[in-house]
Amino acid sequence: MGSDVFEISINFVKMVAIFLLMVNLVPMLVWVERRGSAFIQNRFGPNRVGPLGLIQLAADAIKFLFKEEFIPPKGNKALFLIAPIIALIPGAIAFCSIPLSVPIEISAFEMFGSQWGPYVFPFQSFEIGIGIVFVLGVSSLGAYSMLLAGFGSANKYSLYGALRASAQMISYELAMGLAIVGILIVYGTFDFAEMIAAQQGPLSIPLFEADHVVNKVLGILPNWGVFYQPVGFILLFVSVFAETNRLPFDLPEAESELVAGYHTEYGGIKMNMFYIGEYGHMMVASALIAVFYFGGYSLGTTLDTILVEGTIVPNMSALFASLLNLFGSGWEQSTNLINVVRAFVFHGIFMAKILLFLWIFVWVRWTLPRFRYDQLMDLGWKTMLPWALANTILTAFLMLFLR
Amino acid sequence: MTSLTPIIVLTVFVAIFGVGIVVVSALLGPKKNWTKAKKIPYESGLPGQERKETKIPVKFYLTAILFIVFDIEVVFMYPWALTYTDAGLGGYIFGAMAVFVGLFIFGLIWEIKSKALEWD
Repeated sequence: MGSDVFEISINFVKMVAIFLLMVNLVPMLVWVERRGSAFIQNRFGPNRVGPLGLIQLAADAIKFLFKEEFIPPKGNKALFLIAPIIALIPGAIAFCSIPLSVPIEISAFEMFGSQWGPYVFPFQSFEIGIGIVFVLGVSSLGAYSMLLAGFGSANKYSLYGALRASAQMISYELAMGLAIVGILIVYGTFDFAEMIAAQQGPLSIPLFEADHVVNKVLGILPNWGVFYQPVGFILLFVSVFAETNRLPFDLPEAESELVAGYHTEYGGIKMNMFYIGEYGHMMVASALIAVFYFGGYSLGTTLDTILVEGTIVPNMSALFASLLNLFGSGWEQSTNLINVVRAFVFHGIFMAKILLFLWIFVWVRWTLPRFRYDQLMDLGWKTMLPWALANTILTAFLMLFLR
Repeated sequence: MTSLTPIIVLTVFVAIFGVGIVVVSALLGPKKNWTKAKKIPYESGLPGQERKETKIPVKFYLTAILFIVFDIEVVFMYPWALTYTDAGLGGYIFGAMAVFVGLFIFGLIWEIKSKALEWD
């Protein structure tokens, strides 16, 4: 975690902060979901508590905490209680291993009479070289919480919901895993930061000329993965809906068939913890899509240079320095301050992309009807899996000539 | 201090967070004596008939077995994809995987033909 006290404490604070960012985004997303569904269905939605109903989130959280605890007497108490806790962990760990911005470089400085630094803090809780493999492995552990909830509840609806959830998650994991292989061939790396670095520069499409390959640069478009892997993008995007148990694939909690699926017997904050896990998975999925296909925290080299580096970062760091000067002089626009501000600006860009995809999750949920279970399995095994295989082989075949 | 340390620390932190929420909620919530009707599992208003040993359709086991076979095949593709352009083996690396994918497709067709994926 670090070599000295400063680094270790910063890394710990960073880890906790990213986890709390994830947890605190959940009520916001619930609000967006309720207001968004109301908007789509021509209703008002929650609009009484606070401006635009924003305080509703806090009210909900407090209400959930004060609910009576119910543990089904016939069920397995240990499994019942441990399932919502397990639901939190995979999403949190997966989200924390994704780089949310550029690393912060801090040059050496003096504090408390001793010399510190230089440091490089990556904008993620922990750097792990095998990025995608780790995220896929950890996030598929989410099936355990649903299975344990289903088995612990001693309720047939819960059990069927849990079985459906696990069968659906493992089926779509195949399509999802294969959809990513194409993008792995293109980038040749597992590491998220290297993938984002590979998407810098303008879009250049390799074209065949006589006996060699020419890279044709296409003006202003950024060099994003979606232009190289459009089929892979669609396949990944569809399969994450099934992985996160969202409509149109929310068969595990299909309320017309299974009451509430695997969390039928849960109430209060314990039910909410499943939602935190589900929204955490959605954030991970959105972040993965943004990293693989939409340049991660980068807006494309042109916009990055002109808008972010040229305008926003200097102005914001000047503003920030003057704000700090109100509390005590001696702050100036040092390189360290600029680096920190730049990291947070890129973080804002990345969060904007994640929120855009999260909005698409909400939008799809309130637009499309639910699939039937056999249709869901047919789509996964008989349609998406062959398409993903074809995409992989075609990508590999083209990369033979275009490397 | 390996690279696993932060993961373990974070897991422990999240677990403590989750346990804390559950405990606080249990302490804050009202405690009432449960009536007999409240103790039975929720069955949409009908009298509870639930036994512990609920029978599970065999399709789910079959799906799990098929998943293990196919997922291992997918996992084999990851190192292949990672080294695809760097290995410098030309068409051989493609040909090797083409044979493997051929087997994969054969397995998938056989699986569909044997109606292992039919849900009714």
